[in-house]
Formats: sequence, structure tokens, C-alpha cells
Amino acid sequence: MKLYKKYFGIHFRSAMQYKVSFLLTTIGQFLVSFNIFLGIYFLFARFSSVKGYTYQEVMLCFAVNIMAYSLAEMFARGFDMFPSIISNGEFDRILVRPKGILLQVLCSKIEFTRIGRMIQAVIMFFYGVKTSGITWSIDKVITVGFMVIGGTTLYSALFLLYAAVSFFTIEGIEVMNIVTDGAREYGKYPFDTYGKTVLKIVTYLIPFALFQYYPFLYLLGRNTNPVLIILPLASAFFYLPCYLFFQIGLKHYKSTGS
Amino acid sequence: MKKYVSFFRMRFSTGLQYRQAALAGMATQFVWGAMEILLFKAFYEADPSAFPMEFSALTSYIWLQQAFLALYMMWFLEREIFDSITSGGIAYELCRPLDLYSMWFARNIANRLSKAVLRCIPILILAACLPKPYGMLPPRSFITFILFLISMGLALFVTVAFSMILYILCFYTISPLGIRMVAFSLVEFFSGSVIPLPFLPDGIRQVCEMLPFASMQNVPFRIYSGDLSGIDGYGAVSLQLFWVVALIILGKWLLKKAQIRVVVQGG
Repeated sequence: MKLYKKYFGIHFRSAMQYKVSFLLTTIGQFLVSFNIFLGIYFLFARFSSVKGYTYQEVMLCFAVNIMAYSLAEMFARGFDMFPSIISNGEFDRILVRPKGILLQVLCSKIEFTRIGRMIQAVIMFFYGVKTSGITWSIDKVITVGFMVIGGTTLYSALFLLYAAVSFFTIEGIEVMNIVTDGAREYGKYPFDTYGKTVLKIVTYLIPFALFQYYPFLYLLGRNTNPVLIILPLASAFFYLPCYLFFQIGLKHYKSTGS
Repeated sequence: MKKYVSFFRMRFSTGLQYRQAALAGMATQFVWGAMEILLFKAFYEADPSAFPMEFSALTSYIWLQQAFLALYMMWFLEREIFDSITSGGIAYELCRPLDLYSMWFARNIANRLSKAVLRCIPILILAACLPKPYGMLPPRSFITFILFLISMGLALFVTVAFSMILYILCFYTISPLGIRMVAFSLVEFFSGSVIPLPFLPDGIRQVCEMLPFASMQNVPFRIYSGDLSGIDGYGAVSLQLFWVVALIILGKWLLKKAQIRVVVQGG
């Protein structure tokens, strides 16, 4: 943990070296997700609700999802770089160091520009919290916290899976982006908006609904089953197969020799 | 003219090489299209009377959008051109007895076409096979189809003419990243790729439809699905023609000004 803090500091200082570039990329990040916000805004200007969700409720759902994604992207960005770490031989260097492999990969890149997206998520989050008409009690606050934690874990697990795949293909496979980017894009609405089939896929196959849809129902008071409070944490189990897959990949690993 | 055709052919065949990427792209586009349609279906069910276009017109719009993504997406710019400007490689290009603008223009069109050719057909076939409310319908009439093709071509020209301006602005600022990002976001929203333009509230929509961005993907897709027909359709196509000419003139003028003051710093 101390090592991670040290790396964190290094990355932070290196990002601050190019202040203008940092600022511009941050603004860019902000603008991109601002477009998505505008899309939602104008749709709700025309239709007052979708599947019984109001604009404010969708905002809250969108904010939690984006927050989880940008946190995961900020801290687990190293996995995204993994294909290039393998192909340029950097990974051999990691293997000979006497520290955990995952930790080192994780530390190889921390992306601070994701703050742009984060700022927007936080603004929308507070807007959603204030206006959605939810009466906030301690259990609901905990639920929201768990939603963000569970989401961050799940997205990081997917990044880990992405890294594991590149043991076998050297190049990362773009198809993985369907899952991560897709959930970021379309997780803005509660998943039942897309119908039953999609809801099943994101419940059983890749458990996005565990941190997004089901606890969200609890927040809105549509389902009062207290199990839903801790359900987001269950999506952390998805980490297990991803981790195993990474270990299998590690055994398979042959250096590219460069 | 022949030189530019050969530049076009060179780029086109390079673009066709990346088949694996095309496959991944296709899968992504297909999932995206499906999710988008499911989302709009939920909105349609919430309030059919507030829906500004027919649902079948919307599905055709979305499938066309996904199939021809490579033609109209602003961020499919050529990195090499930016690099040649910032690194000074542009000096070689300037030595050639060619018109820089036409050369880049031909390259960009070829690049986009080669990407789109690989991707569009499977997506369109799959979309046409889907059951009724989700699938893509054939065009309403032969005339609509012809107008659609003309409009597709013009839309591609507007898109490329606009990206030319982005390349050329690179001569004026050393760090063009900011301009590019703002431009991407603007185009994405105002060309109707976030939500189709008819979904915008009245007033805002009319203004948007006059902007050059609306002449990109918005017009051909809406002509195809019958959302823009008759006089409106011809009007929109003429507006496209106007923007093609205007943007090309602006781009050429900017480039000429830039070329006079360009300083290549050795190397």
C-alpha cells in the first residue's frame, strides 16, 4: 500500500508537469460525457418519463455508473496498457522485481485526466440526490456507497480480464470494448429500460445489474428487500474468474523477446 | 486529376487491409445499434404521441448510422496529416507538384470509404433480417433511394471538408488538441449522432438544421427513412450542396494563408 501511494505521488507530479495539456484533456473528457447528458436532457424534455423513471432518477443512476467507471479507469488504467507492456518487453522487467505483479501493473499508469468525467458525475450525483425525491436514511446512503464500490470493482475486473486476454493474443482484442464501453454508455439508464433479455444478460453473464439496477430499486423504495443493500458487493465475485484467468495467462506467458 | 485518383486508390487499398479491426468494429456497431433501438423503444412505449418520427424511420436511421459510422464520424481523422504538420514532414508534401488540399481531400475520402465498405454490408444485411419493429426497411421508392445516394455523397463531402479545416487549423496553433476535442463534441451533438435531430425541441431544432453539421449524417439517413421527403428533402440536399462549396472555399483560403507563413524548422 505504501508503494502504491508512492507511485500515486509520482504519477500525480508527472501529470502536473504538463498543466495545459492536462487541463485540455480534462475538459475534453468533460465535453464527451456532457454530450451524453444533453442527449438525456433533450429526450426527457420530450418524454416525461421512461419505464416509470423520472429525469432526476435517471440522472442519479447515470451519475453512479459514470463515477464507478471513471474511478476504475483512473486506478486500473494500467491493465488497459497491458498489451503494450507485453509487446514491448516491459513485462519481463516486472517479473524479475520482488513485488506483486498485479500491483506493479496497476501502478504503471494512473490516469488523472478522468477527473473531467468525475467532476460531471459528482455534479449530476448531487443534483440527483437533491431532486429525486428519495428520503435519505442511513441504509440508503450505505447502498449508494456500495453501488459505487461494487461498480468500480466490476469495471476493474473487466480491465483485468482484458489484460489477461492479451497474454494469448499479444494484441488486445477490441471486442472487449463492447462490454466496458457498452456498460458505460448504456448504463446511464436502469437496465430494465432495455427489456428483459438485456436485463438477464447483465444479471447472470456480466453482473452489471447487481450494482446498478437492483440496488437502485431499493433506493427508489420500489423494492424493500434489505438484501439489495449488499448486493453490489456481490459483483466483486466477478473478480475471481478474471483473476484466475490472469493467472492461467501468466503461466502461458512467453516473452516476445524484445 | 489522375494523380489524385491514384492517391485515392493507394489509401483505399491500405484501408482494406485491416480486416480484423473491421470485424471487431462490426460487432460493436451491431450491439450499439441494438441497444440504441431498445432504448428508444422504451421511450416510444412511454409516450407514442411525443415521438417525433415514425418508429420504423428511427430504426432505419439507427442502422444506417451504425453501418456508415466510418463515413461520418468526426474522430476518424488521419493522424499522419497532423503529424506531418507538427513534425515538419509537411516540407516533403509541399515540394510535390500537387495541390495539398486536393491531395488530402482525396486521401480522406478514400480512407473513410475503405473503412465503411468493409463494415457496412454485413451490418445492413443483419439489420434487414431482424423482425419487424427492429429491422431495417427497404427504401420507400426508387426516387427516394437515388436522392439518398446523392445525399450520402454530399454528406461525406461536408464531413471531409470540415475535417480539412481541422487539419489546417493545426498550422495556426501548436497544440491543436483542445480545438479538436471541442470540434468533435460539437459535431457529434449537432449532426444528430447523440440523438436524431427531430428529437430536439422546436426552435433549437430549426437552428440546428441550418448548421453545416446537420448536412452531415442527418440528411441522408432521414431521406432514406422517409422522414424528410418531397420539398423538404430537396431543400436539405441543396443546403448540403451549399455547405460543401462554402466549407471547401473556406478551407482552401485558410490553407493558402497558412502556406504563406509556414516556417519549417529544419531537421
